[in-house]
Amino acid sequence: MFGKLSLEAIPTHDPIIMTTITAIVIGGLALVAAITYFKKWGYLWSEWITSIDHKKLGIMYFLVALVMLLRGFADAIMMRSQLAMASAGAEGFLPPSHYDQIFTAHGVIMIFFVAMPMVIGLMNLVVPLQIGARDVAFPFLNNLSFWLFVAGVVLVNVSLFAGEFAKTGWLAYAPLSGLDYSPGVGVDYWIWALQISGIGTTLTGINFFVTILKMRTKGMTLFRMPIFTWTSLCANVLIIASFPILTATIALLTLDRYLGMHFFTNDFGGNMMMYVNLIWAWGHPEVYILILPAFGVFSEVISTFARKRLFGYGTMVWATVAITILSFIVWLHHFFTMGAGANVNAFFGIMTMIIAIPTGVKIFNWLFTMFRGRLEFTSPVLWTLGFIITFTLGGMTGVMLAVPAANFVLHNSLFVIAHFHNVIIGGVVFGMLAGLTFWFPKAFGFTLDEKWGKRSFWCWIIGFYMAFMPLYVLAFFGAVRRMQSYENGDWQPLMIVAWVGALIIAAGIACTVIQFIVSIRDRKKNQDVTGDPWGGRTLEWSTSSPAPFYNFAHLPEVNDIDGFWDQKQRNGGEAPLSKPPYQDIHMPKNTWEGPIIALFATVAGFALVWHIWWLAIVGGVATFATFMARVFREDVDYYVPAAEVERIEREHQQRVEMQA
Amino acid sequence: MATDTLSNHEGHAHGHDHHDDHHDTAGTKVFGFWVYLMSDLVIFGSLFATYAVLLRGTAGGPSGADIFELPLILISTFLLLVSSFTYGMAVLAMNADRVNQVKAWLAVTFLLGAGFIGLELYEFQHLIHLGFGPDRSAFLSAFFTLVGTHGLHVIFGLIWILVMLVQLQQKGLTEMTRPRIMCLSLFWHFLDIVWICVFSFVYLMGVL
Repeated sequence: MFGKLSLEAIPTHDPIIMTTITAIVIGGLALVAAITYFKKWGYLWSEWITSIDHKKLGIMYFLVALVMLLRGFADAIMMRSQLAMASAGAEGFLPPSHYDQIFTAHGVIMIFFVAMPMVIGLMNLVVPLQIGARDVAFPFLNNLSFWLFVAGVVLVNVSLFAGEFAKTGWLAYAPLSGLDYSPGVGVDYWIWALQISGIGTTLTGINFFVTILKMRTKGMTLFRMPIFTWTSLCANVLIIASFPILTATIALLTLDRYLGMHFFTNDFGGNMMMYVNLIWAWGHPEVYILILPAFGVFSEVISTFARKRLFGYGTMVWATVAITILSFIVWLHHFFTMGAGANVNAFFGIMTMIIAIPTGVKIFNWLFTMFRGRLEFTSPVLWTLGFIITFTLGGMTGVMLAVPAANFVLHNSLFVIAHFHNVIIGGVVFGMLAGLTFWFPKAFGFTLDEKWGKRSFWCWIIGFYMAFMPLYVLAFFGAVRRMQSYENGDWQPLMIVAWVGALIIAAGIACTVIQFIVSIRDRKKNQDVTGDPWGGRTLEWSTSSPAPFYNFAHLPEVNDIDGFWDQKQRNGGEAPLSKPPYQDIHMPKNTWEGPIIALFATVAGFALVWHIWWLAIVGGVATFATFMARVFREDVDYYVPAAEVERIEREHQQRVEMQA
Repeated sequence: MATDTLSNHEGHAHGHDHHDDHHDTAGTKVFGFWVYLMSDLVIFGSLFATYAVLLRGTAGGPSGADIFELPLILISTFLLLVSSFTYGMAVLAMNADRVNQVKAWLAVTFLLGAGFIGLELYEFQHLIHLGFGPDRSAFLSAFFTLVGTHGLHVIFGLIWILVMLVQLQQKGLTEMTRPRIMCLSLFWHFLDIVWICVFSFVYLMGVL
């Protein structure tokens, strides 16, 4: 009846997990009670859950990502604490089976359920506004993508309550992830969480690719697009071309595990190196899916706060395109030790080093944008400066790793851990936090508190260097990754330094949380009435904050790279306001099918994890039936009457006048 | 197309009969579907690559030359090729606004596709019966998965044809059904192209 599922699946023997579960259950119940008490279910359902508004979806992506950041960081701090303790024969507080789940969950959560939703959330919030569109090309799919992503989040978190998570590392290398070596449900949770959310990501990729190519406003040629839109376009190309490889690879692993096939097994002709090749053929483009939009954020931030057009717009675009292409021909550098031979390794080593060239071009573009600009040291600028230094360092250790001979020494050591945290924290995290601060007023109509933002920055950057520089050193003493304890007591001092660094990062995260609280408290004081708090250059700043659900009363026209800046210059430095006559605006209607499809997909995923076949069939059929309901629905859009548009626009203009 | 600015222009001052700022214009839908097909092609690419790598992983079991029955495959190939032709006829009928002809050609396409699936199921059942199922060797895993993934796509296409027959019955040729017929057309021809690759690289090269 319940497949492999029984009450024994609840890890009652582990006090850490049980405490966490209790806290989550109490917190969850309190949240549900509060929503019920304040009668907000209807509001949540009609304004958020079923919303197809790309701005609201962007906000929801970010919200889930921030919650998951707390979970992923809890894993991080447990690992660092364990390694600070488990020295010279001491066992620490995490047994290997638990420790292995933690480092796997940390990697999976941080990449798939923190970094990805932040990047996609920012794209949702910003890209349609930057290209002067009223929504994305396929609004229903956009809603569905978000909820499929949430389905993955739910499955990862359910693994905490029932059963276990994978102990295989975040990419679940075969044959370790095969049935012979991982007979439990951990890998199955990994499989279905990634498969379901990955399909959502692919749909997002297609959606935004089409949106950017087909829905740009009048005058916005490709070479007038804002850089964030360019980097998003390239990231979406990477999603479209690489996520299907992940889908296929996970499907093959699924067949090995569920139907006894032999793609990646030791015996019966299987080839486990094929798994490693396939997963990295997706995995390497994936890191560029994360970093390219972050590059876009820094470009927008630096040119806005330096009050200058970005230096070398064209080279920035071509550097982005070059990285997009190169990212597909470097995957083998993740496993030089496979033994593909000197020629193959040399090719991939050289291609990897070549990526440093377009990246270097970008660094110089940012530097020269600041050069002789009037740089304002706001917190987004601090994040950008921190990024330029930290990312450059991380890039250089990357070039070191790209040397196959050196790689044979460094492979699987803490050097690798230090390197990719160096580029992911210094690049993606800093970028997303800069983007969050930069576009927050566009989403909510008030700016974030600068004081706490800067405190967060200093904690993050100091904490980062303290936590990860020791790992570079430890690697040279022989410390490997994914190790639960170590014999050599000489490593402990540096491990403790790293642990302190992690605590300082925790303080940085706390600063961000406080920043939200303080900013919401002071929202009247920090209100942004004009919609253009920073003296922005691109179209998203030309509409009110928060933007009306239709984005633009009249679709704007651009004549220049920094379209809105150009408009302001022609209008005597003032942002032009929209004027009547207004027209009816065609908009998509909300959808209940997206969240319901994802709900059934979650049920089906859970059932498949536990081999509850009847429930999997029910979930699958229900998913399909809900999709059919959508396919047969005709009232998917409506017109906003011109009078309504006029009312909203007039309200906004009155507020602007009142402030003036 | 690259530097054109597209479709999203304002400039209609009267009524709802203009559709130039639509979110889901037919052109956008078909373009989006093309992009989806390209991503689907990457899945097939991954499966072809896996098949190529595992081709010799027979683990003492049969190789392609031992088990492929070309006459049967030839028949199913022709069923699928002809079904692409009949689907093309359906699109021509749609362009001529002849809804009954569209339905008829779709029905013929469905039968041909169902015949293809029937033969594939027979082939699979036969192999499993002989003890050459997908769990016998890595080669057979890769073979069943590659061919089966194509087959699953065809089954999905068949369901889609049924849905379109129902919608054509209910709604006729409308702004909603026309782009769907076009997307399904792309999908169906796409599966044909993939099958030609399967036929050439798996079956023909397998017995050579």
